[in-house]
Amino acid sequence: MFRMHFWIRGSVLTEFVTISPKRMAMRRFLSHKAAVGSCVLLGIMVLAVILSPLTARYGVNESVRKPPNTYLPPQKLAWFGTDDIGRDLYSRLIYGIRVSLVIGFFTALISTVIGCVVGAVAGFRGGRFDDVVMRVTDLFLAFPFLVALLVIRNTIGGIGWLTVIIGDKSSARFIVFLLSFFGWMGVARIVRGQILSLKEREFIEAARAVGATRRYIVRRHLLPNSIGPIMVALSFAVVGAITAESTLAFFGYGPQAGQGATSLGILVGEAKGAVQTGYWWIAVFPCLALVLISLAINFIGDALRDATDPRLDRGE
Amino acid sequence: MSELVLSIRDLRVTFDTPLGALEAVRGVDLDVHAGEMMGVVGESGSGKSVTFLAAMGLLPHQAKVGGSVMLNGQEMLGASNKVLRNMRGGLMSMIFQDPLSALNPVHRIGDQIIEMLKAHQPKMSDKDAAKRAVELLDIVGIPQAAERAHQYPHEFSGGMRQRVVIAIAIANNPKVLIADEPTTALDVTVQAQILEVIERVQKSFGTAVVLITHDLGVIARVADRVNVMYAGRNVEKGGVDSLFDHPSHPYTRGLLASLPHEGIERLTPITGFPPNMLMPPPGCGFAPRCSHATDACLVSLPPLRTFGDLETACIRAEELVVKAGLL
Amino acid sequence: MLRFAFRRIVWAAPTLLLVTFLVYIALRLGTDPLQSYLRANPRATKVKIEQYKSVNGLSSNYVLGYFNWLKNFVTFNWPRSIKGSREVWPELKDASMNTLRLGSLATFFGVAIGLMVGMFAALKPGSRRDVVVNTGAFLGISIPPYITAVLFQLLFAVYWSRWFGHTLFPTSGVYPAGHSGFDLILMLKHLALPTIVVAIQVVAVYSRYMRSSLLDVLNSDFMRTARSKGISERQILFKHGVRNALIPVVTIAALDVGAIIGGLIITENIFAYPGMGVYFLSSFGNGDFPLLMPWMVLVVASTLMFNLIADVSYAFLDPRIRLD
Repeated sequence: MFRMHFWIRGSVLTEFVTISPKRMAMRRFLSHKAAVGSCVLLGIMVLAVILSPLTARYGVNESVRKPPNTYLPPQKLAWFGTDDIGRDLYSRLIYGIRVSLVIGFFTALISTVIGCVVGAVAGFRGGRFDDVVMRVTDLFLAFPFLVALLVIRNTIGGIGWLTVIIGDKSSARFIVFLLSFFGWMGVARIVRGQILSLKEREFIEAARAVGATRRYIVRRHLLPNSIGPIMVALSFAVVGAITAESTLAFFGYGPQAGQGATSLGILVGEAKGAVQTGYWWIAVFPCLALVLISLAINFIGDALRDATDPRLDRGE
Repeated sequence: MSELVLSIRDLRVTFDTPLGALEAVRGVDLDVHAGEMMGVVGESGSGKSVTFLAAMGLLPHQAKVGGSVMLNGQEMLGASNKVLRNMRGGLMSMIFQDPLSALNPVHRIGDQIIEMLKAHQPKMSDKDAAKRAVELLDIVGIPQAAERAHQYPHEFSGGMRQRVVIAIAIANNPKVLIADEPTTALDVTVQAQILEVIERVQKSFGTAVVLITHDLGVIARVADRVNVMYAGRNVEKGGVDSLFDHPSHPYTRGLLASLPHEGIERLTPITGFPPNMLMPPPGCGFAPRCSHATDACLVSLPPLRTFGDLETACIRAEELVVKAGLL
Repeated sequence: MLRFAFRRIVWAAPTLLLVTFLVYIALRLGTDPLQSYLRANPRATKVKIEQYKSVNGLSSNYVLGYFNWLKNFVTFNWPRSIKGSREVWPELKDASMNTLRLGSLATFFGVAIGLMVGMFAALKPGSRRDVVVNTGAFLGISIPPYITAVLFQLLFAVYWSRWFGHTLFPTSGVYPAGHSGFDLILMLKHLALPTIVVAIQVVAVYSRYMRSSLLDVLNSDFMRTARSKGISERQILFKHGVRNALIPVVTIAALDVGAIIGGLIITENIFAYPGMGVYFLSSFGNGDFPLLMPWMVLVVASTLMFNLIADVSYAFLDPRIRLD
């Protein structure tokens, strides 16, 4: 909170104000109007998605009405039009976004946890472990992403006993696992970088000098001071996961749960076919949704980065 | 007194910040004579660095600068870019506090000096420039100057880098060298060495040096005249011996009293904090902390006036001197 | 410096072997080469099957099998595709040439424009042009390339011809169907849309990089020293500012160039552009091991080579890195 210091001398009041760093960060974040707007937008979206039985107008696999019901343009009956077998695009979009957000969220969560642990250990201990981790992530990150994604997907999906645990290749669970497999590397690099830059600072030296154990230092000093970059990494991990999921689905490798269940990626994938035929709503609404979610999370991540990084970007 | 090389009159610098207008410098008058070592003392936020950054024209465009800065008889404030560029590095140079980051990490040391030489002596041949660069490194005391000129900044220690910075600054024999806290980031033994280099440069080249610092010990050692600044204004000026012997302003006295010396058991700091320059006090900047302040002090800005062999901005200077029994 | 580069080169060869070995394992586990072959050639004789297995190094021992494959690979004894026994090299060559054309064009223009835009923005941070650049870059990064690709297709393939009666930019292939021989204009017309789609992302990414890198540099102490020397604004900006700001950017650019060869899959797929991406997708879909392995080797080699170039150029540009 604010702490105001007064120094009174006669009739003159001299004061200055100190604000805790958390408050400062919060203020800086809130000054990014785009990010605040994005929070609101995402909040509405998440709410709409959580309350999906209420907000969706039809079931995910439900026909809008008796035929003819295919490829209807947007109208009162179906706000975003219907698809090739007469299902309401609006409702499908809600259910699809729900699936994608869940996948994105859990992937990001797992990636961040693993990434933090690995990154902290690598950054703090350095040495062989750090070298190995760096080279491995370097290589993986340098490889064309989609190729690695598809190959690893097949490889892991081909290992019998593994699929028992994490689900079949076309399940959402599998996708979360697959994307986390790649996701943690980016987070680990960010955390490692932050730890490296903090490690040499004097307050760490001081902590060591009073006999703090390594684990204590990491837990109480290094990680709390890395919250900023970690949050930023988390938000970009979410966007990355959602985009990756939709890329997979675009090529038909996405989650294929039965009963017409869908994800945002699948819906965007269906956009590909709609282009030539001129059924623009099949392409526009899912793409718009994906872009908005992407933008929103990116804005938030960007604002978080500005808020937690004391660098003055604005040339003041 | 020798001729005036730098003359600052009523300098005002205000910064446009999101929190409001910050008045960093509020009417500073300063004269620097040829070949003299002028010490400028003040704490952080007193405006001492900003004053000279303004004189060099190195402030960002959010800074509004008013008043007059005459270098060698030419007005610098509002001068054309060409004049300013001529001045910087040619007539007047500035060196800064942190030597570790002052040099471009991807250029060799020798090249960085040559760049300075060529900027103001474009007719100089490459060979001559290279030779001169090595000479300059020698002058500032870099051993094996000829080999080391080919090295990069990260191959030099902090003290060595500061010497290189000085070499660059004096390359074109400027009339004035402004040293902004050149020793603050260095340890004590190196401090003494750097001061010695600066003094040597001053004496051999006749360069006037403005030594900005918060360290009175440094001032006592090398300065000829002293200028004490507080809250964006001068509060006291004079010759170094006079100032140390009979300081007339309570702030200066406070500074001197807070120095550690033999026999004392506890340090005597000046209580309180410097004022917030977003809302500077209407009267004397030091009054809120001054144990001798009266209501008159708090109300109006005291002007700088002659007081014996000093200049002071304290309206109670006479009374306090009598009180302290110094006369 | 040379010692640094030499050491990295020496490490590159075993790394290449190791990575291709891992790829070999991954492909064997993931695409089941034997099954795919049998599926594609249901009436293959036992002799042929054994031949296929030995030439592709598909013995039950993975290590031995890998070396078998490696032996055949380096002696240019490359097995043919499981479908129709096509030769691998001609297809791979065409695909890689196509992709390189598209990728280099897009990367070259994208990086050049991105760097200039980033510099433009960094010089006046917080100003209106900075906001425009930032927002634009943001949009470019947030919108996945396949969406812009699809939208462009929609715009140019469907609507443009509807509105204007002719096709301005074709949206598929390298040449119109049935065309043979080399025609620069046609090739450029077909390259236009995919190049723009890829370049948009590149411009967005590099303008942000350059802006942030240059801003960092402009706020550094040594820039103040440079300004206090009285040298010209241009010298200050380029010799001191940009020179330092480029260091991280160039390194990343080198990595990106290495990634071109396998990195345009989505765009190529949408524009039906017969490059490395389309080659990969169809071979992968068929489980065509003989087609896939050379593709992988090419991509891995390119990635490793440009990783090396990136490291070396970083050391070249930044003397602080040259730890001998």
